[in-house]
Amino acid sequence: MNVNPIIEWVGVLLILGGSLMSLISAFGLLRLPDVYTRSHAATKSSTLAVLLSLLGAFLYFWAHEGYISVRLILGIVFVFLTAPVAGHLITRAAYRSGVELSESSDDDELEDVLFPEGRNKGS
Amino acid sequence: MKTNDVILKTTSHVVFFIIFLFSIHVFLAGHFAPGGGFVGGLLTSSAIVLLLLVYDLKTVQKLLPINYTIMTASGLVLALGTASIGMFLGKPFFKHYFDHFYLPLIGDTELHTAMLFDTGVYLVVVGVTLTIIQSIGGDD
Repeated sequence: MNVNPIIEWVGVLLILGGSLMSLISAFGLLRLPDVYTRSHAATKSSTLAVLLSLLGAFLYFWAHEGYISVRLILGIVFVFLTAPVAGHLITRAAYRSGVELSESSDDDELEDVLFPEGRNKGS
Repeated sequence: MKTNDVILKTTSHVVFFIIFLFSIHVFLAGHFAPGGGFVGGLLTSSAIVLLLLVYDLKTVQKLLPINYTIMTASGLVLALGTASIGMFLGKPFFKHYFDHFYLPLIGDTELHTAMLFDTGVYLVVVGVTLTIIQSIGGDD
């Protein structure tokens, strides 16, 4: 077997893994109880899904057409940089506007720091 | 209370340059690939809008002291001037010229006067977008 079909198959399997990962992320969005755990599911696994799909597309075009796409590398770097920051900002905005944690979580260390006179009264 | 947004600021310092270089790439690649003055201008103004989100309006105006109204006007003048080159040479309005030149470091390059027209479009798009956003965001 030539080298190029092997690299193409690696790309195909990476895209399959990326789509499975985004499916898992969507299930996490549906099944998890509150904003914070949902943000955990939506940020991490869908970032990895996008990265795997882009890497698979990059490998496929490299092996199949001999074309090294700089835009795909740039997209990988860009999503890897920005998606966790977006998740951080959304979660922080949710916490600061007083969204409750789910019933099953019992430890909230930030509450004494951010809301010293009790939640939903201060700021 | 002043919030501590050091993560957003540090990320935006890196991401601004990625978006800006990508906008220049899209703008220059417009003749042979998807892209051009309009998309490049929108990407550049979105990079500046990211700076406006992270910092406030006065800081960005100190950082980039550009009068966007004058930028729009000079883009229009550039586009109109490129379109009327042919008129002064006895050819119809909007006649474009191109030729191959040898540039140092790049080699044989095809230069086209449509690029100057595209630069005009770019300047107009950046100027109009940022004029709209600054005049909406700046009434305090």
